Amino acid sequence: MDNIQLLISGLANGCVYGLIALGFVLIYKATEAVNFAQGDFMMLGAFVTIGLTNTEYMGLPFWLALPISLGLMAGLGYLLDRLIIRRMFGESQTSVVILTIALGFVIRFVAGLIWGHEPQTLQNPLAGKEVRFGGLVLGMEDVAVIVVTLLLTWALYVFFSKTKLGLAMQGASQNQLAAYYMGIPVKRVQGFIWALAGAVAAVAGILFAAKGSVDPNTGLMGIKAFAAAVIGGFGSLPGALAGGLIVGVIEPFASRYIAAGYSQVAPYALLLAVLIFRPHGLFSQVRVKKV
Amino acid sequence: MRIIFKTDYMQDIRPWKDGYQLSLYLILLAVMIAAPWWLDMFYLGELTNVLVWAIAGLGLMILTGHTGQASLGHAAFLAIGCYANVILLEAGVPFLLAFPLAGILTGVIGATIAIPALRLHGIYLAIFTLALSILMDDIIVLAEPITGGVAGKFISGVDIFGLTIDRWGTPTYFYWLVLVVTVLVTLGYINLLRAPLGRSFIAVRDSEVSAQAMGVDIARTKTISFGISCAVTGWAGALMGLYAGAFNNETFSVVISIQLLMMIVIGGLGSIHGAFFGAIVIGFLPQFLSISKEYVGALFGGDTVAIPGLEFGVFGMILIAFILFEPMGIYGRWLKIRTFFELFPFYRKDMFKRQKSYLKTERLR
Repeated sequence: MDNIQLLISGLANGCVYGLIALGFVLIYKATEAVNFAQGDFMMLGAFVTIGLTNTEYMGLPFWLALPISLGLMAGLGYLLDRLIIRRMFGESQTSVVILTIALGFVIRFVAGLIWGHEPQTLQNPLAGKEVRFGGLVLGMEDVAVIVVTLLLTWALYVFFSKTKLGLAMQGASQNQLAAYYMGIPVKRVQGFIWALAGAVAAVAGILFAAKGSVDPNTGLMGIKAFAAAVIGGFGSLPGALAGGLIVGVIEPFASRYIAAGYSQVAPYALLLAVLIFRPHGLFSQVRVKKV
Repeated sequence: MRIIFKTDYMQDIRPWKDGYQLSLYLILLAVMIAAPWWLDMFYLGELTNVLVWAIAGLGLMILTGHTGQASLGHAAFLAIGCYANVILLEAGVPFLLAFPLAGILTGVIGATIAIPALRLHGIYLAIFTLALSILMDDIIVLAEPITGGVAGKFISGVDIFGLTIDRWGTPTYFYWLVLVVTVLVTLGYINLLRAPLGRSFIAVRDSEVSAQAMGVDIARTKTISFGISCAVTGWAGALMGLYAGAFNNETFSVVISIQLLMMIVIGGLGSIHGAFFGAIVIGFLPQFLSISKEYVGALFGGDTVAIPGLEFGVFGMILIAFILFEPMGIYGRWLKIRTFFELFPFYRKDMFKRQKSYLKTERLR
C-alpha cells in the first residue's frame, strides 16, 4: 500500500514536471528553439496567481483569478516573442538557448523584487481536502494535478495532430522558408505558440503552488523538467508527459530504497543513461542527418 | 590605414600580423607584468581573479567558440582540476608537478566523458553537460574520504623552489603565477589555432558534414577538443582553488557553469580576446554594482540599497542586450569600431553582416 501511495504522489509531482516539459516541447515543436526560461515562466505564473488571489495581496476569488493569470502569462509569452525572440530569427539554436537562460535570470530577479524571496503558498479552494479511495488517502490537489495534466496533454496532442493551426506550426518548424512559401504566417504562428507556452506554464505554476510553496528560485526546477523532456524525446508531447512521470516517480522511490546522498542523483543518472543509449530520447523523432 | 605587404608564405601562419601588432601585445604584457607597482593590493586581487576567469573562459572557448560544442557543465571540470591539484599537493607532490598533472588528469577525464557525448548535438549536448555539472556536486559529497565532502578542503599557500606563493601572504607572487599560466595558455591557444588540429576544430564547428567530406575525423577531433578544453579548465580550477583558499561541493555549482558560458558569449564567441573581455565583465561587474549602489544610495540621501539577486538580474539584462544587438560580443564591437577608423570614411553598415540561415528540422516525424 505504501508503494501505491508513493506512486501516486510521484505521479502528481511528475505531472508538474510533465507540464513544464510540455512548455519546452511546445516551443521546440513549433520554433525549434529551446526555452530554458520555462521553469521561471512557471514560477512567474504561480506568483501572478498568488498576487491575484492571496488575501495579503489583491484577494480576488480563485476562479476569477485563474483566467486572468492565464491571460496575463499568455500575453507575457506573446510579448517576449514579439520583442525579443523574434529578433533571433535566423540565429543559431545555441544563442537562443543562452538568451532564454538570461531571460530566466531576469525573470527570477524581477519576481524576487515584487514578491520577495520567502516561500509562499497559493490559497485555493482545493487545499486540505482529501479523496479516500479504498485504503488510499489522496490529496485533492494531487488528483487535480493528474487530471488537469492528462486533459491538457490530450488537448494539445489533438491540437497538433488534427487542427489546421497545429499542422501549420509543425510545418513552420520543419522548414521555415518552405512553410512561408506555402502561405503559413510563420511569425504569427511563432507568437501564438509562445503565448500558448506562457499559458501552459501558468497552469503548471498554479498547480505547483497549490501543492507546495514557491519562491523565486523554484524556477530552477525547470532543469528537472528539462531532463524529463529530454528523456521523453524533445518534440513529442506524450513523450514529455511520460518523461515527466518517469522522473517524478523515480524520485520518491529512489529516496525510499536507495541510500541518502545517492537518491537525488537518480533522475540525472537516468538522463545521462538515456542520452548515451538513445541520444534523442525514448520517443525519438530524429534519424541520421542527410546532406 | 595599415596595409600588410606579404613577401613570405610564413607570414600567413605567423601568430602576429606585423611588427606593429606584435609590439602592441608586448607593451600590454609589460604593463601587466608591472601591475603590482601601479595597482593597489585590492585591485591586484581582483585582476588576479579576472585572469583566472579568463583562463577558464579560454578553456571553454576552445570547445564552444572554436569547435561549436556548447557546454553548460564546465564547472564540473573546474572542480576536478581544483580537487586534483589540492589532493596531489596534500600527498606531497611538489606544486610544479601537481599543477600540470591536475590539468592533464582533468583533460583525460573530459576526453573520456566526451566519448559517449559524441553522438549528441546542440541542446542535447548542453543538457548532457548540464546534468554532469549537477551530478558533480553530489559526487563530491559522496566521495567524502577523498574530497572532504560538505566540509570541503582548505589550502593556504604553495612552494616553488622555496618561494612561498600565497593569495593573502604574497599576492604579488600569486598574481605573477597566474599571469605566467595565462600567457602560456594563450600562446598555446594561438599556436593551436594555426595548426591543422585547430583548423579542423573550426571546420567541425562550421559544418560537420563538410568537415567530414574534407577528411576530418569528427569523433577524434571532438574528443581531442574536449580533452584540451577540459585540461585548460582544470588548470583554471586549480588556480581558483588557490585563490579561494577554501572550497566545497557548492563552490563549483551549475550557476558557475552557466556564468562561464555567458561570459564567453558576452566577450565574443570564437575569439581569444573574447575570453578576456568576458572575464573583465564578470570580474568587475560585482564591484561596479556595489559602487554604483553606494552612489545611488548617497544620491537619495539614504544608506546603500540592498537588492538581493541584483547581480544576476543585471547580468542577464546585459547578456540579452548583447545577444540581440551585438551577437559577436564585445570583441565583435571592437572589431567594428577599429575597422571604422581604419577604413574611414569607407566603412559601411553591412560590412559585418552575416548570412541568415532559415531553420530546417532534423526531426522527420
